[in-house]
Amino acid sequence: MLFRPVSQSFYEFDVRRNEDRCIQCRVCERQCSYLVHSYDPKENKMMADNPKCVGCRRCEAMCPTDALKITLNESTFRPNYSWTNFHRMAIIKQAETGGILLTGMGNDKPYKIFWDHLLIDACQVTNPSIDPLREPMELRTYLGSKPDKLEFENKDGKLSLKTQLTPQLRLEYPVMFGAMSYGAINLNVHRAMAMAAKELGILYNTGEGGLHKSLYEYGPWTIVQCASGRFGVHAEYLNAGAAIEIKIGQGAKPGIGGHLPGEKVTPPISETRMIPVGSDALSPAPHHDIYSIEDLRQLIYALKEASDYKKPVSVKIAAVHNSAAIASGIARAGADIIVLDGFRGGTGAAPTIIRDHVGIPAELALAAVDQRLRDEGIRNSVSIVVSGGIRGSADVLKAIALGADAVYIGTATLQAVGCTVCQRCYTGKCPWGIATNDPYLAKRINPEIAAERLVNLVHGWGHEIKEILGALGINAIESLRGNRLRLRAVGLTEKEMEILGVLPAGV
Amino acid sequence: MKRVYPREDFCMGCRLCEVACVTVHSESKDPVKAYKKEFPREPSRIWHEEEKPDCFSFMCRHCEEPDCLEACISGAITKDPETGIVSIDENICVGCWSCIMACPYGALKKKVRKDNKLVSSKCDLCVGRGINPACVEACPNKALVFK
Repeated sequence: MLFRPVSQSFYEFDVRRNEDRCIQCRVCERQCSYLVHSYDPKENKMMADNPKCVGCRRCEAMCPTDALKITLNESTFRPNYSWTNFHRMAIIKQAETGGILLTGMGNDKPYKIFWDHLLIDACQVTNPSIDPLREPMELRTYLGSKPDKLEFENKDGKLSLKTQLTPQLRLEYPVMFGAMSYGAINLNVHRAMAMAAKELGILYNTGEGGLHKSLYEYGPWTIVQCASGRFGVHAEYLNAGAAIEIKIGQGAKPGIGGHLPGEKVTPPISETRMIPVGSDALSPAPHHDIYSIEDLRQLIYALKEASDYKKPVSVKIAAVHNSAAIASGIARAGADIIVLDGFRGGTGAAPTIIRDHVGIPAELALAAVDQRLRDEGIRNSVSIVVSGGIRGSADVLKAIALGADAVYIGTATLQAVGCTVCQRCYTGKCPWGIATNDPYLAKRINPEIAAERLVNLVHGWGHEIKEILGALGINAIESLRGNRLRLRAVGLTEKEMEILGVLPAGV
Repeated sequence: MKRVYPREDFCMGCRLCEVACVTVHSESKDPVKAYKKEFPREPSRIWHEEEKPDCFSFMCRHCEEPDCLEACISGAITKDPETGIVSIDENICVGCWSCIMACPYGALKKKVRKDNKLVSSKCDLCVGRGINPACVEACPNKALVFK
């Protein structure tokens, strides 16, 4: 209690050091950007300031002698179902500061995760399963508007396509690296995503912070984003990528704009975002030129005009109550791709109250949107990309069976390069060197290593997806798209199953 | 010859290379025992320089024409004509520190042996350890390369 407020007395993590194994090498001290560890030369001992610990486990990972364990503080309030530790600590912190409580990453509250209530079918006896190691399996996916019908021309016995196709994105895996802006994460992570996307034949998304000059060479594997702040948006940028994405909303914070604190706006970020060094990069909550579907159509066509109709235009919205109607409007406004970002999607910084209470699960929005577009007969005119809480290849498969064309992974991407989801991205002091622009910390991401890890992750998921497709007796991911009959639900209510369009297990 | 090169763009200042160096040159080859049981402790032969945000680790360059070898009064320092590795024979070294003064990189340091004899110590590129020197293998961020 001496010299510190109550919020710090009731701290979250205990740093446990095995003194028999600690060699006082001070690696933990150097790696902790929150200054938890310190060396006491008089005692020849490492000390820990527990209240500063965010539980990222960087020190534990780097300790050469396995002397450290980061554990939850066992000390507890009297248990109370209503007054959870979270609520009690939030009140204490707000009573001390009077401010909005900030957080990073996606919604961590125990809402129902629908992926975990869906099970996948397999072939037995009457229809053969396929061995993906012996037979070809197709994961290739094309994103973009598909025509209502195809017309062919017969010239001297040679058939050729008469219908003019709109631009399509070719993905070798139905997985893309989600939008995380340069500024929220540093250039090393951006470069790693670009390198990995190129090697994998997929795409990564720049996020709303523009594209650093040195990454223009990865254009064919890049989706450039245009958000309400219009940071770093210019003609060259719009034409640099393979597609353009209009970001209307983000799953972690529907209805509010991004906020990059001025401290994170370093000279290279200032140059890329086209804003002064040290100035706050605040994205307005809405696009001030989009107050209707008609306005959205104008922006979509302005971007198509600017890119000579050579690039598909995607519109990203947060999954909210009436996503289906909004998506129908977006499809009719001329978008080629709709991105649905569920409330478990991550963020570099958001008010905790928004992150935890605004928006809906991506699974429900996806099923509702896919069904609505099918009912209206316009499902072919857009591709659906779903994001927000895709944790593994099973989630990817279930999303595709529910009607998605592909998924974005953001939090999983960051975890592949080190992130441990400690939810302190907004501090700019990420000890894993990801959500920080401090040049000393950013060096912790070596793009070569990070890119290799991303490639490995997607390869691993690809193999797993092929295994499941094989069990399903399907040899192309296309055949699973929207095939909800291959899913069954456990532990869901009748209404939930109706929305998801799936039958209960056992039927 | 192959040498260890630091890549300052990726050196994050953890100094695990030093721990690795001390460990492989210890008797037990175990970091806990090397630091807690073996005295005097084997010194690290790799050093870390830091002026944030820049930092890197460095060690003996195993020069083509080593100044330390020229300066050595006892003939303890030799350069292997085949491998190019510059090494010190601790039994011959008299601890005059001429090599320490002569080295333009500051790559040599004093070392106290178990028998209390003071000798010079420097990187031996982990001869006989295997493919890579220990510091290179221990670096978590590939900030040291052996090429």
